[in-house]
Amino acid sequence: MSAPTAEAAHTLRIEGLHASAGDTEILQGVDLEVSSGRVHAVMGPNGSGKSTLAHVVMGRPGYEVTAGSVTLDGVDVLSLAPWERAQAGLFLAMQHPTEVPGVSAAQALAEALALRAGDDGPSDDQLERTRSLLEAEAAAVGLKAELVARPLNVDMSGGEKKRNETVQLAVLQPRIAILDEIDSGLDIDALRACANRIEALTEAGLGVLAITHFTRVLEYLRPDEVHVIVDGRIVDSGGPELAEALEADGYTPYLPEEPDAGVAVSIGGLGSTPASGTGASAPDDPFADPWADPLDELG
Amino acid sequence: MPSVAATATTARTARSDQALGLDGRAGSLRSVFSPDLVDALDGSDALAKRRRAAADRAVARGQPSFTEEVWRYTPIDDLDPAQYAFAAPGGAAGPAGLLSGVDDGAAAVVHIANGAVLDVSVRADGVRVDTLGSGADDLIGTVAPEGPDVFGDWNLALASAPVAVSIDPKAVLTAPVVVHVHTDVEGLAWFPRLVVMAGRTSQATVIEHHTGGNTPALICPLTELSVGDGAHLGHVTVQELGEDAWQIANLCADAGRDANLRIGHVAMGGDYARARIGIDMTGRGGHSEIDAVYFGRGTSTLDFRTFQTHVAPHTTSDLLFKGAVDDYARAVYTGLIRIEADASNVMADQTNRNLKLSPNAWAESVPNLEIENSDVQCSHASSIGPVDADQRFYLESRGVPTDVAEALVVRGFFDEVLDALPSEQISASVRRRIDELVSDADFAAAL
Repeated sequence: MSAPTAEAAHTLRIEGLHASAGDTEILQGVDLEVSSGRVHAVMGPNGSGKSTLAHVVMGRPGYEVTAGSVTLDGVDVLSLAPWERAQAGLFLAMQHPTEVPGVSAAQALAEALALRAGDDGPSDDQLERTRSLLEAEAAAVGLKAELVARPLNVDMSGGEKKRNETVQLAVLQPRIAILDEIDSGLDIDALRACANRIEALTEAGLGVLAITHFTRVLEYLRPDEVHVIVDGRIVDSGGPELAEALEADGYTPYLPEEPDAGVAVSIGGLGSTPASGTGASAPDDPFADPWADPLDELG
Repeated sequence: MPSVAATATTARTARSDQALGLDGRAGSLRSVFSPDLVDALDGSDALAKRRRAAADRAVARGQPSFTEEVWRYTPIDDLDPAQYAFAAPGGAAGPAGLLSGVDDGAAAVVHIANGAVLDVSVRADGVRVDTLGSGADDLIGTVAPEGPDVFGDWNLALASAPVAVSIDPKAVLTAPVVVHVHTDVEGLAWFPRLVVMAGRTSQATVIEHHTGGNTPALICPLTELSVGDGAHLGHVTVQELGEDAWQIANLCADAGRDANLRIGHVAMGGDYARARIGIDMTGRGGHSEIDAVYFGRGTSTLDFRTFQTHVAPHTTSDLLFKGAVDDYARAVYTGLIRIEADASNVMADQTNRNLKLSPNAWAESVPNLEIENSDVQCSHASSIGPVDADQRFYLESRGVPTDVAEALVVRGFFDEVLDALPSEQISASVRRRIDELVSDADFAAAL
């Protein structure tokens, strides 16, 4: 992955970010910097704040930022509405893409692209071009054309939704993309197709913040840097070799010693049952499952 | 219909004399809709006799009150009959509105205004349109010999311009029959009546269009749909009355053996607009669908009562009501699925969804089941809420501005029910109207 030229480079900078959901502080001082053409992986056990980080950066309602800053090329992202963040060049591929009955991807993306082009609303021609772009990108990740024509995410399988997120990412061509567990629900072929498409975009300058629980996706996304997040803080950073270490040892070395919690948290094997215990979650965590991401519970 | 107009003038004059009412009550229905008015109407002797009986029933039913379950949540106690006078002055046809272009190529077009039939134009084979004294008389009351409520009884007593549309057995109409009903005389009270007789195995769609001026009026339509064995009938009511109109409508349908009945209802206007829709599934193997779209604005109240009554076994009915309330508007939905004892192997569904687009808007939804046969599958669901925050955020995260995202979500909300209306032309025009309404609206305050 060659570094993009200086004038085309964009940087998402997260500094000392603290954020809460309700009374629970989930992010406790996150520092990260993602630039054009670079792929950063943020890995951590369930409940570590991975998804919260993604949502706070994109501005999902339900969180309060209590300290720190997020800037894109020096612009204060946190003062922008979610759609303004997207227009500024951020994209969030969601872990659980929302079903939007009666609204097609073409309708939504044509509105976004028209606005970016400075138009009041999409012309029929822009709508048609958006539709063609979506179909071409769908083909690139093996998603049937009729699925992108459907109301967004309605009656789609988990894997189809993830491919649909990748399709929209490719059509919108953001500067920095946050991928929230893009690998979950994807079979190996789909994962490879999505990762290849995203990697091609990074070669054209896209910066990626890939949030994941498992190392599998990183075989295809090939991160430049890997960060470990535990209890809302980045506790370790390194090169791709860090992902290999996590594959071998799991997150246990990063978790506090917990005499009662004898089971290590494994990152191997999909579907492994998380360990019981409360070591990795805040003592006053209001959510029933200490390993669940709070936002999953909030819906 | 000069005789009616003359009587109405008398009635209007008499009204002040009767201000304290024959029953001693100011502004009662009885003081305005006197049984004496019946005798001035045209029609057969047999019909006159039935009209008098209906008037007697109406008088006996007296004044409706919100303390009765059927008028719960309604502003019926605000009804002051003394503001209205019964008459049939006729006049000019109303605007095309949401039916723009639909008359072109229609199988038949009927214009009714202010209590009188203006013109009837039949352009296709297989359909017949009758009016008072020309064949409609015997058809009135086929499905609803008695009114479902006091306004239904007054309708039979005082329907001054009834129209009967008969589809010949086996006839297949490829274009709709359109009945325009317009009211623009200030203070007028009248009773439109439409009877649709769909002959055995016929196929047709009838569109009933209610328009009005910006003047107070009381319009109490009653529509009867008789769906013959094996017939496919679509019926759509498009209500776009003015903001001062009161409409208290009844629709009574009977679906025969293997019949297929699709009812659409579009409610966009009126100060208080009520529609009571009752379907009796009396023939084995019959299927019905009721799909309604409503959009309340200003201070309007939209009130819906539905009854899916399964009398025969192996019958199905689906119901989907989707509406939005904006500004200070109110919407009430009350529905009953009733399965009678002999009706085994029945599937019935009832769904009502409401979007609240303003903090001052209000909606209520009351679904009910009454089941006397265990061999049935019934379901009901209802919801009332603002624009879904997750859906809005999803669209925003793609770069769609908040107001556009909300407009898209509202349009998307209606998509499914618009697709289900039994007329593509109506679906398209109502979709455009909703697009205009949501583009202009500011929903942010509701969130």
